[in-house]
Amino acid sequence: METTVVNNNFKSEEYFINMGPQHPATHGVLRLLLTIDGEIIKKVDPDLGYIHRSIEKMCERDSYQQIVHLTDRMDYLSANINNEAVCLAVENALQLEVTDRIKVIRTIIGELTRIASHCLWWGVMGMDVGALTTYFYGFRDREMINDIFEETCGARLTMNYNVPGGLMFDIHPNFVKRVKDFVAHFKTKIPEYDRLLSNNVIFQKRTMGVGVLSKEDAISFGVSGPVGRASGYSCDVRKHHPYSALDQVTFKEALRTEGDTYARYQVRIQEMWESLSIIEQLIDNIPEGDFRVQTNAVIKLPKGEYYQKVETARGELGVYIISTGTKNPYRLKFRSPGFSNLSVLNHIAVGSKIADLVAIMATLDLVIPDIDR
Amino acid sequence: MSYLSNIYNGIKTLLTGMSVTGKYFLNARKGAITQQYPDNRATLKMFDRFRGEVIMPHDENNEHACTGCQKCELACPNGTIEIIWDRGIDEVTGKKKKKIDKFVYHLSMCTMCGLCIDACPTDAIKWGQNFENSVYDRTALTRVLNKPGSKVRAGIED
Ligand code: SF4
Ligand code: SF4
Repeated sequence: METTVVNNNFKSEEYFINMGPQHPATHGVLRLLLTIDGEIIKKVDPDLGYIHRSIEKMCERDSYQQIVHLTDRMDYLSANINNEAVCLAVENALQLEVTDRIKVIRTIIGELTRIASHCLWWGVMGMDVGALTTYFYGFRDREMINDIFEETCGARLTMNYNVPGGLMFDIHPNFVKRVKDFVAHFKTKIPEYDRLLSNNVIFQKRTMGVGVLSKEDAISFGVSGPVGRASGYSCDVRKHHPYSALDQVTFKEALRTEGDTYARYQVRIQEMWESLSIIEQLIDNIPEGDFRVQTNAVIKLPKGEYYQKVETARGELGVYIISTGTKNPYRLKFRSPGFSNLSVLNHIAVGSKIADLVAIMATLDLVIPDIDR
Repeated sequence: MSYLSNIYNGIKTLLTGMSVTGKYFLNARKGAITQQYPDNRATLKMFDRFRGEVIMPHDENNEHACTGCQKCELACPNGTIEIIWDRGIDEVTGKKKKKIDKFVYHLSMCTMCGLCIDACPTDAIKWGQNFENSVYDRTALTRVLNKPGSKVRAGIED
């Protein structure tokens, strides 16, 4: 008879596991190949493409008016800002000057979008580190903004409200009142956010010193948005290259120097305050004027290359158009913030635990359709 | 000492957080935003601009405003709208005249972008507020928007 030899020498060896593509913490269909040693992460390999819809290729087929609605489907939480980016690019190429009313409305809508996106992020961030209540509070406040959008734009997520030359229709008569109600309401809620989550000791222990990104690395990885600003990299497009009505308002750029998960959290909380202040500065005097400047039914951009960047809730979105003078772009490239921010994940997650990875991913605030396009 | 103060601070922040949730717990009815859908169907009213589906309003004489100019078909990014022509004889002039036969709308492909409604020169189509579009067979989502026997309203020129 054979005897079984039991091997008692447990040896430590690296192995890999899949996180995603259907994992709640990846917030979409992102697959991460984790090489781990016990609980310690050795390597993170993002595997992309699960929600690739070839939006850039579709843009080559579509007219400039039609391109706008595709951008709703990239970073769907910043839909209005994405729309604005394409419209600004087309307007600049046509050298079309839009009215002040359009600019102000676009800015207000854009900042509301940013708050809505941050509300959702805040709720999900809490949920990712184990605090489910935040999810409901975040969504409750986002709901008010969604109602504003639904009343004025007709849709809650994929608004397609901007068109080259202005806005598809004027703001709803209730818009100003609703926005003011929201601002008053939300001012009482952010301190609550702080009391509930920001100052919570468990949350701070989970996030402080986790996933530290230095300023040099932030710049060399091309990181933008709140992720970059948490590392002390002043990269707010609204500040450095103001568009629409952003040059008429004063606001502070949210900057931190720690570069850890908690700093990224604080940057977003501060951005909500700043967005509220931008909205307050503009909402009382929306100038009279046309909400739409007539363009030709068939828009043809002059031959050349055009670039426009805007600050979405996630960072710098660039729209690069090459036109050969026809009614479709020859090539249209989106520089999406999520893609560059994801590239830094391996760099900051190595050496931390799997649970930390979830916290890090939550503050990178990835929207997967934005990465894949 | 710092060990004890850590414990003290920890408990304090937890209680602060719980005071927030506790407040909502005790006032659960006041701040509720949950909609009791579908129980509230009778009272549920969508916003006027809500984009549920594209519809073509007809008046009491079964007339609509669509001339069949195909501007909406061209504006649509994904081929949701198909205009089918009828090249019949015009009764008045006795000449051959292009007329709209069918306005086919594939709701299953519509992205609710609103470009067709924006493009229509006669405001023949508009947004309907119905959003309950689930069906068992997706062919049921292909609709002909102009009603059988309907005509273009007099006075609307293409
Ligand atoms: S709905 Fe309007 S745009 Fe479309 S074919 Fe009829 S008249 Fe033309
Ligand atoms: S809403 Fe957009 S996708 Fe739908 S039919 Fe009109 S143009 Fe086409």
